Amino acid sequence: MAASMRLLLRRVIRLSHRYNNVTAAGVSARSGCCWAPSTCRCFSDVAGDRSTHFGFETVPETEKAKRVYKVFENVAQKYDTMNDVMSLGIHRLWKDMLLHAMHPQPGARLLDVAGGTGDISFRFLEYARSQQERQKRRTARSMQTPSSQDISNNYFTEDEDTPQESRAVVCDINKEMLNVGRKRADSMGISAGLSWVVGNAEELPFDDDQFDIYTIAFGIRNVTHIDQALQEALRVLKPGGRFMCLEFSKVTNPVLARIYDAYSFQMIPVLGEVIAGDWKSYQYLVESIRKFPDQEEFKYMIEDAGFYCVKYNNLTGGVVALHSGFKL
Amino acid sequence: MRISVHIIATMWLYAGRLFQWLHQRQYVLISKAVCAHQVHSSSTGFTDSCYNGLYPGHIHTTHIQKAMLAVGSGVAALHDPYRHDMVAVLGEATGHLALINLRDKMRNDPEGYTILKERPRIRLSTLDLSEMASLPDGSFGREYLRFLEDNDVTPDSRADVRFVDDEELAYVMQRYREVHDLLHTLLGMPTNMLGEVAVKWFEAAQTGLPMCALGAVLGPLRLSTSRLKLLFTSLGPWALRNGHRARCVLSIFYERRWAQSIEDLRQELNIEPPPVIVRATEKRNT
Repeated sequence: MAASMRLLLRRVIRLSHRYNNVTAAGVSARSGCCWAPSTCRCFSDVAGDRSTHFGFETVPETEKAKRVYKVFENVAQKYDTMNDVMSLGIHRLWKDMLLHAMHPQPGARLLDVAGGTGDISFRFLEYARSQQERQKRRTARSMQTPSSQDISNNYFTEDEDTPQESRAVVCDINKEMLNVGRKRADSMGISAGLSWVVGNAEELPFDDDQFDIYTIAFGIRNVTHIDQALQEALRVLKPGGRFMCLEFSKVTNPVLARIYDAYSFQMIPVLGEVIAGDWKSYQYLVESIRKFPDQEEFKYMIEDAGFYCVKYNNLTGGVVALHSGFKL
Repeated sequence: MRISVHIIATMWLYAGRLFQWLHQRQYVLISKAVCAHQVHSSSTGFTDSCYNGLYPGHIHTTHIQKAMLAVGSGVAALHDPYRHDMVAVLGEATGHLALINLRDKMRNDPEGYTILKERPRIRLSTLDLSEMASLPDGSFGREYLRFLEDNDVTPDSRADVRFVDDEELAYVMQRYREVHDLLHTLLGMPTNMLGEVAVKWFEAAQTGLPMCALGAVLGPLRLSTSRLKLLFTSLGPWALRNGHRARCVLSIFYERRWAQSIEDLRQELNIEPPPVIVRATEKRNT
């Protein structure tokens, strides 16, 4: 008798939890709107005021994008240095592994979303270039004793080589990150086949069926609506196109998990403070990793969006997972 | 009968817990609402002042993190002396004992006790610059204004305290930072390297903060030989001597003493006037 009463009470409490979450978001939005010039939020009460996570904090969904923008605006200048220091250079290996798994053919079109400082796109263009050179060398070797017919054929095929050029589009919501990426590209002398576009992963400024490969490296956990980003990825890919995602994930080994947690929460904000002068941004970064779904759950999300043959590989014991899916 | 009493008691318990939980949510909401205001109105933008701290801007750190911060910020500050934020972090991570000492000194002094209670802050918004400019030459307020103009500095450039894990000690640290410029005026030292090192020697002797001691030891490494000679023969010993014998400089309510003559204030604090006039124009040569 008492037990069933307790059960009933627990249900009542759970219901009131949920009710309070909704009203809480409503109240905070209402108080927020008193300071902000925009008044439309005052009138939308429960409808537009869902909350989401920003690291371990809970914020209204509309605010998350702004705060993420601020984080990356603050860290953009020191982003690459911090990546090297925090991952002890291993992030380069992860990105190389992404490229190896991708194995792009010459002439492929890449969309690198949340590409920021351009790491993936630069590697893509280098890879495509080295592939092309390898092909040229191979044809040169096989053509060492050409007949006159072969020589005349060569004159015609030379023109066909230019459409085979690979192109990469770097798309990022943050202008600071793109600026840093462009400066890097200029200093590295990479400009052919590279373009920089400001855009939101949830609403890409591209037509349907445009790209052969869509990558998003260490960016999808910052997106407010991951399912929308996956839908957009499906839309802009050509049939047969490949979706590839590198992201921090759950470490499988328990010993490594503890070391990783200690390192993330103790070391990384300190490094952020000392090198970039920004503790809070790096605190957000390590917290956002914990809030991101694990490998299996993310795989289901990708399948839900409509991708086929979804697989994932764990890199460095699960610290990073490489997910891949195809649009058929 | 007993069972129904039991049920009522359990229901009361749950109701109480529910009420408490709702009440807590309310506080969280209110603080978050205040947070939203502060986030919108603060100039730095991404400072979530109420997120889990003892005072606005407070960040919890473990001992290991403090140690790493101390080492890291020390290296960063040596590598690039223009990183004032690193010097500040070094001070906060290493200054716990010295801050307790300073706070106790302030508590034992009646004026210092008033400061700890009233918590004044020295910012451009709290200073009445026009009134200070109208004060006679030789008054503390007028000389301070002259110092700010000659050296092209502002009292608003002091970083906020973040890593001190006690609210009162954090205020003592903040007060120390804000009083630094006033010390320059009192000691008659400009903001060039030589002047800064002299003030650091004074502060090291006065406060015992490890960051001041480190600055006092490493600062001279960047001075030219002629200035080093000046430092070691006259300025240095004067600064150390006065640091030891002067009254606790944090215990003075400077905001109420703008009209006081600077000589008078020096005598009250037991500070000798500087043995050598160090000019601000020397900044170009250092």
